[in-house]
Amino acid sequence: MSGPVGEAAPVEVLDCRGQRCPLPVIKLARRLPELPVGAVLRVLADDPAAAVDIPAWCRMRGQEFVAAHDEGPGYDVRRAG
Amino acid sequence: MSASPVYLDAATAAPPHPVARQALLAALDDGWADPARLYGQARRARQLLDAAREAAAATLGVRADELSFTPSGTAAAHSAVLGGLAGRRRVGATLVHSAIEHSAVLHAAQRHVAGGGSAVSVPVDRLGRLDLDAFADAVRAPGVALAALIGASHEVGTVQPVAPAAAACAAAGVPLYVDAAQLVGRVPVPAGWSVLTASAHKWGGPPGVGLLVVRKGTRWESPWPADERESGRTPGVVNLPAVVAAAASLRAAAADAAAEAARLAPLVDRIRARVAAEVPDVEVVGDPVDRLPHMVTFSCLYVDGEALLHALDRHGFAVSSGSSCTSSTLRPSHVLEAMGVLSHGNVRVSLHRETTVADVERFLAELPGIVAALRAEAGVVGL
Ligand SMILES: Cc1ncc(COP(=O)(O)O)c(C=O)c1O
Repeated sequence: MSGPVGEAAPVEVLDCRGQRCPLPVIKLARRLPELPVGAVLRVLADDPAAAVDIPAWCRMRGQEFVAAHDEGPGYDVRRAG
Repeated sequence: MSASPVYLDAATAAPPHPVARQALLAALDDGWADPARLYGQARRARQLLDAAREAAAATLGVRADELSFTPSGTAAAHSAVLGGLAGRRRVGATLVHSAIEHSAVLHAAQRHVAGGGSAVSVPVDRLGRLDLDAFADAVRAPGVALAALIGASHEVGTVQPVAPAAAACAAAGVPLYVDAAQLVGRVPVPAGWSVLTASAHKWGGPPGVGLLVVRKGTRWESPWPADERESGRTPGVVNLPAVVAAAASLRAAAADAAAEAARLAPLVDRIRARVAAEVPDVEVVGDPVDRLPHMVTFSCLYVDGEALLHALDRHGFAVSSGSSCTSSTLRPSHVLEAMGVLSHGNVRVSLHRETTVADVERFLAELPGIVAALRAEAGVVGL
């Protein structure tokens, strides 16, 4: 599930493990706008719904879903705007 | 709450049709004996069972000897899948199914895989519509014993391309099973299937009655221990009063189906449009056009699905959800997951013959405030 080699390293990791949906999405929505445009935020979330809801949030919000990682599991999101 | 409660969960169980109630009460008096016995009461019961079978078969446009009653839509789905696979085990052991089948079908598939068989899940698009090319490819592969396609999604209402899927199956010589639980009694069932199931409480019949139809010439073998009832397809005595009520209400529901669909579809359009316009950060899911006339599903960003259902219940609205947060498994809904749409804060609204414009208007008037209050409570306003 890892993204391509050379993909931007996350500037920050949000640990949302143990939190139920929609909390990981809420934390992501709070934090991402505080980062500079282009920065990548990694969300660690073990609620399986995050695998669906984080990409869906990116689509609804016009942010870029970069990759999902098995370890964590982690989800990388780039601030697009 | 002073206003009377509004029931909007027909896709789980429609309120009983008045015809079902009458038929059930009459059959309790007249149809309690075992139809297999050789005395007067049993003959009366046999007549009722035969008449129910004839009526249900006529409504579906199938032969009476092709139709069996089962103890639920779930039991019918299990029989359809496992019996369809057993009947063709000499051909192969692969089940092809859509990614959005009802859990009854998926659980039967799991049983098949646990027993050494294999299953291929075919994806759907963002609107919840089957990838027909992938489905056709999958059924053409060697060793496919059975294909399964839900007639329309029970979670988002998207109608599936049953006729072209059936054509692909026919070309490959693979029988198609259609879970028509959300179609029967509401919309016409497309042709071309070999096995079909339905569930009476979805059309206003009593709970605990399913239909299993196996077309003549289909190789289907009962997966259950031998029993002669229902042409060997359903073990155990059927709940005859409920079966009689199911058949009577099916005929009544089917007779009104076109008019009901014409009445309900604009109400669903209204819900789709107003929810999207008046609730911020909401995703209305499912095909806006190719859909069931009575169902609409949406997801509210940042809202816990279970909290939303409880809040709606407190305001007198009975709805359901495919959201992970309402299920014991903590998995997101496999349907929403397959579509790639938001799975939390999910609400399914499904209408029925007693639903009024006023019910829908009240729901639409109260929903934005209910969602806003939950968001305020969670501190997620303005995200
Ligand atoms: C598409 C579909 N298939 C099968 C079933 C199972 O039917 P029943 O509730 O009668 O077991 C349902 C109802 O939940 C359904 O919506």
